[in-house]
Amino acid sequence: MKLRLMVNGESRETEVREGESLLYVLRERLGLFGSKNACEQGECGSCSVYLDGELVCACLVLAGQAEGSEVVTVEGLSEGERLHPVQEAFLEAGAVQCGFCTPGLIVAAHDLLSRNSEPTEAEVREALAGNLCRCTGYEKILTAVQMAAETTP
Amino acid sequence: MQFLQPHSWREALEARAAHPGARPIFGGTDVMVDLNFGRKRPETVIDLTRVPEIREWNREDGLLRIGAGVTYTRAITELGNLLPGLAMASRTVGSPQIRNRGTIGGNLGSASPAGDALPPLYASHAVIEVASTRGTRRIPVGQFIIGPKRNVLEPDELIIAFIMPEAEGPQQYAKIGTRNAMVIAVCSFGLALHPESRSVGACIGSAGPTPIQPRDAENFIEDVIEEHDLWESRAEIPASALDRFGVLASEAAMPIDDVRGSADYRRHAVGVLARRTLTWAWNEHRGVAG
Repeated sequence: MKLRLMVNGESRETEVREGESLLYVLRERLGLFGSKNACEQGECGSCSVYLDGELVCACLVLAGQAEGSEVVTVEGLSEGERLHPVQEAFLEAGAVQCGFCTPGLIVAAHDLLSRNSEPTEAEVREALAGNLCRCTGYEKILTAVQMAAETTP
Repeated sequence: MQFLQPHSWREALEARAAHPGARPIFGGTDVMVDLNFGRKRPETVIDLTRVPEIREWNREDGLLRIGAGVTYTRAITELGNLLPGLAMASRTVGSPQIRNRGTIGGNLGSASPAGDALPPLYASHAVIEVASTRGTRRIPVGQFIIGPKRNVLEPDELIIAFIMPEAEGPQQYAKIGTRNAMVIAVCSFGLALHPESRSVGACIGSAGPTPIQPRDAENFIEDVIEEHDLWESRAEIPASALDRFGVLASEAAMPIDDVRGSADYRRHAVGVLARRTLTWAWNEHRGVAG
């Protein structure tokens, strides 16, 4: 079946199979490899994207459910070569080890800071509870989010 | 696989009637896991996210009627003051990503004994509204869920809403898991004080084939409160009665050993949670912190 949706501000149209997830569509149909595929059950958060402004796991969205929707992936957060302050903060703080969890964490942190510009550490931990870092680099991730909170306008 | 996307309740019921084996999907937190892992491949999936009727909630005859498609996030932000027990339980579900998508209707549809939204529904005697093209029926939640992952929904029916009273007293929910987020309950306990009807509602989660209302525990503590006239005096419930409430709750549990915990541990923990949630709720009734 045909699927039409807005991805990172661009209107896209692609052929999909009925049973595939939004994550599969983003990666395999549209070539956006920022959102990572790991657990496929909503446990790890590495496929976190915005669906109509809401933070979701793209692996838990059935392709057809995104028909006509607006999706923003990690690729949509930067402006060309200019990184978003959350991305800058992850680089600055050394919050990236293997990098697999980073896109999902950046989208989740972006979502938190858009709702709460001065989160406490407990609020950061709560907001990122659905994103696993297999390198266990959580301390620097927390530092990065606090840095981003200070620099995000 | 066929994908149907009805845009109204009427269309949804017609789709369901035409495809009785179809699997309804909303937040996808259960259905998509089955699909992604190839566990179940239904012939037809009916997406309910575009059906406006099930995303709404309103007041009806003095009760709250909440659409099956209300997410955990919305239960927290929109219903937190009206249904604090349900909001507490919703906060313990998964992660922000899961709470943004998962719905209370989904918890009812999946009918897992570990569904976090279920104990608060039992503790306030919620009624489930289901419908088909044949008509609508309302079923008390305790009769709606009949076994592990089993409910009385007919193949042509959909869950439209659940109906429960606004909190008239303190409510609590407590859950045991290996961490504070992203866990399926080892066991849980929901409790609601109903000062107007002078009753106490309680429910055990994840320690039996279905959520369990510990009726002996409820009756016992109601009698103690009545006997000492505590609803009015707001004095402390005697420690021995709190302990006894925990023991009776524990005896009502029917836990099994599984990957998340042993039956013995669950039975013990249910008693602890029962005593704690009653203590917290009663302290709130008394106007005492903690």
